Amino acid sequence: MTQSVADRAWSRYSPRQRWIRFASMAAVALAVFWSVATIDIIWPWVWDAPVQIADLLSRMVPPDFSSIHAIVWALIETVNIATIATVLAVVVSLPVAYISAQNTTPNKATLWLGRFILVSSRSVNTLIWALLFVAIFGPGVVAGIVAIMFRSVGFLGKLIGEAIEEIDRKPVEALEATGASHAKVILYAIVPQVVPAFFAVSVLRWDINLRESTVLGLVGAGGIGVILQGAIDTLDWRTVATVLIAIVVLVIMGEAISAWLRKKVI
Amino acid sequence: MLKISNLVKRYGNGEPVLRDLNLEVPDESVVSIIGASGAGKSTLLRCINRLVEPTSGSIELNGVELTGLRHNDLRHARRHIGMIFQGFNLVDRLTVMENVQCGRLGYIPYWRAALRRYPAEDIDRAFHLMERVGIAHYADKRADELSGGERQRVGVVRALMQEPEILLADEPTASLDPVSSRQIMELLQNLAAEFKLPVLINIHNVNEAKEFTQRIVGMRFGRLIFDGTPADLDEQAMGEVYSGTQSEEQGEGKTPSQPVVS
Repeated sequence: MTQSVADRAWSRYSPRQRWIRFASMAAVALAVFWSVATIDIIWPWVWDAPVQIADLLSRMVPPDFSSIHAIVWALIETVNIATIATVLAVVVSLPVAYISAQNTTPNKATLWLGRFILVSSRSVNTLIWALLFVAIFGPGVVAGIVAIMFRSVGFLGKLIGEAIEEIDRKPVEALEATGASHAKVILYAIVPQVVPAFFAVSVLRWDINLRESTVLGLVGAGGIGVILQGAIDTLDWRTVATVLIAIVVLVIMGEAISAWLRKKVI
Repeated sequence: MLKISNLVKRYGNGEPVLRDLNLEVPDESVVSIIGASGAGKSTLLRCINRLVEPTSGSIELNGVELTGLRHNDLRHARRHIGMIFQGFNLVDRLTVMENVQCGRLGYIPYWRAALRRYPAEDIDRAFHLMERVGIAHYADKRADELSGGERQRVGVVRALMQEPEILLADEPTASLDPVSSRQIMELLQNLAAEFKLPVLINIHNVNEAKEFTQRIVGMRFGRLIFDGTPADLDEQAMGEVYSGTQSEEQGEGKTPSQPVVS
């Protein structure tokens, strides 16, 4: 026995590590405290919330189905906005994905152009795009479609571009060796490898767009949101309840369809 | 006939991977290239079809100098150089027929490739070759549904579809089980005779090299240090090509850098 028990004492963290951990936790706590302190919360309203919720619910039941006809048409419009916008976005995003993938982009300038398009599309929320396009096209579905399309291009382009970057290089090498032109190598070695990701991403985006197009109406860009906004403005809570139920049903159906499509295609 | 003279390849500013390499391969002969990993075998093959750009030297195939070719000329030259890969390098999600027709991509117009409207004579040729190697019944299967040996046959047919003037095979049997491996070697040997093609095979399995080829070339540190018949490859020659690689590499202190492709 050359070592005493004390010599072999072990602890998970060194004193220095322990201090760093303590300091980081203190910093996070401080940040949270500071955030809560700076925003202006009216506490009586917060404590009042349960009563308000109960009151609102009581005004919502029973839901008013009298305008169901208009609601169903608005739902169809919502689905169409999402679908058309997704299709357009897919078409536009393919060249963007191509130039923003490092292994296919023609040169540095196009790479940065592609990345710029992706970032600017993604950093602006759909509702903000919608506000912009309502100002340009006027209120209605066109503004909604273009807004959703603009937001989707970044999402689709980024994910498809990443799929292009992750392809197996070996078939590309083999086809280059056969003397195939660059365009044919893309067609035969790159496209088939990207197809599964392409479908998965497109279906996922359609699903997201369906949910996003339900709120477009709040800024006047068409869809079910227009009816929702109108009902809220007139304090017609029983119609609001019907619209909310309709949206939930729509979203669940969209989810089911996209899950089925994913299974079917991939 | 393939004629390589004074071929040098270095990656970046590193030690050359190929040093002043000379090799002549007459028509209709199967040549095995043996050597330890990193000796430059893969780089040599890829210099011939310019997947790797040679640093200097000359490579002539049937009188055409390959090293200076650019763009269209290079693609036209590549059409006549078939290559077979260790990892098969098929497009997994395409059918066997589509993979095989990849060998014709250099010849057919883009719209035919895009719409899969291959010329009738290409389809005929494909079936003929697939029957020859025993994969015709897989024409409509996806390439990733086949076994390793079958996949390599697809690779062989793809190369033959090019109507090649030479076949380059980069470790064609290294990913295969012993039985498939022998079948592929036999196939390459027979095809070389049938199509009167020179075939260059990079190979690790020296016994297969001895059994299936008439000529063996040994590489070490980017140089050819052996060139002879299987009978010439005795213990001593084997020693020169392989043994002590490890100690000498370490002793030299300036190991040739591993090629990017191995």
